Amino acid sequence: MNRFKDAGHLVRVVGVFLVGVALFLCVRAWFVPKSFGEYGHYRGDSIKEVAALPIVHAGHETCETCHSDVLEVKKAGKHATVNCEACHGPQAKHAEDPGSVKPVLPDTSVLCARCHEANSAKPKWFPTVATAEHSMGMPCKTCHTPHNPKIGDDAAKGEKK
Amino acid sequence: MNVSRRFFITLTGAAAVAWESVLAGSPEEAPNYKLTDHWWAMLIDVDKCIGCGNCVRACSVENNVPEGFFRTWVERYQVDDEHMADPIVDSPNGAINGFPQRPPGTGLTGNGVKEFFVPKLCNHCVDSPCTQVCPVGATFTTPDGVVLVDEKYCLGCRYCVQACPYGCRFIHPEKHVAQKCTLCYHRITKGLTTACCEACPTGSRQLADLKNPKDPIHEFMKKHSVQVLKPQMATGAKAFYANLDGSVR
Repeated sequence: MNRFKDAGHLVRVVGVFLVGVALFLCVRAWFVPKSFGEYGHYRGDSIKEVAALPIVHAGHETCETCHSDVLEVKKAGKHATVNCEACHGPQAKHAEDPGSVKPVLPDTSVLCARCHEANSAKPKWFPTVATAEHSMGMPCKTCHTPHNPKIGDDAAKGEKK
Repeated sequence: MNVSRRFFITLTGAAAVAWESVLAGSPEEAPNYKLTDHWWAMLIDVDKCIGCGNCVRACSVENNVPEGFFRTWVERYQVDDEHMADPIVDSPNGAINGFPQRPPGTGLTGNGVKEFFVPKLCNHCVDSPCTQVCPVGATFTTPDGVVLVDEKYCLGCRYCVQACPYGCRFIHPEKHVAQKCTLCYHRITKGLTTACCEACPTGSRQLADLKNPKDPIHEFMKKHSVQVLKPQMATGAKAFYANLDGSVR
């Protein structure tokens, strides 16, 4: 009696199983992106994709490479720590192409009030005014130079208002 | 050319895989930036916040945030002795236009009324609840400690939106994927600070790299008491608040 005479059945079952495993591995390789699992249970490339997004704010170091004169004026006054784009808005496009992209000068009667308008929730150390009484709608730069706002400060002399 | 069936099937499979990686492309890597050298956090000094909304505006322009949604926002708290547990909190349109003065006679009038602003953003938690619930691995903490969303993988199932205890996530109305503060990952990997920190006029917000021994945050933490929001949830939040009132949730 041949003990292995029906072994062919087993071989076929194992064969089907192996084909199934191979198929699964192929499908898996097809669907799972290459960088999945590079750092954890996510697509490693998505980190690079987020990092590659374009910047919109140039950053004050970039501004200061050209506008060092403004930096000198600003340094001497109370606005020394206020970055350029806090008031002038995002300027990465201007930094890339200073010739054709010109920033719009902000309206000081609106701009200054954003920070300095009196509000009971503002911290006590922060200087505020009720603009309606203080300037009666006049632009702040009628009296103050925005880069160094103290009236009569020598550092602000010579700077265009 | 004599091509066997077996060879043809193998070849089409391989070609398809190759074509897939051609289509995907490989995004540019930031030069000299090593993921393992950084551990990003943010330091927020509540005493310095003037509620101007500069951070909200800067964030929404920098990250093209859809109107009516916010990746960062500022809240105004009004608390008195009797209402420590239920302060009055408002944030008109995320404070994108700052805060109007409260009309006189409204709000709390009890003893010891205090008012202050609290800027909020993603806390970039170490054990973030939002990344743990994602069923497809579309949101994750990077090796440098920033919680990001993979927009190509996100299904828009909203699990993460409801899991975040700080309410920092939303579904983009057109892309139908989850979005949140990326800590301006595209900026900090290039050596810049975040848009909100760049625009903050008082330095209330400061980006901090906890792995950088020269970062001023270490000196600050040594000398000041610093808290995180909802510490009882053990999320490992990395938005550190200085001078935070106990009533803030």
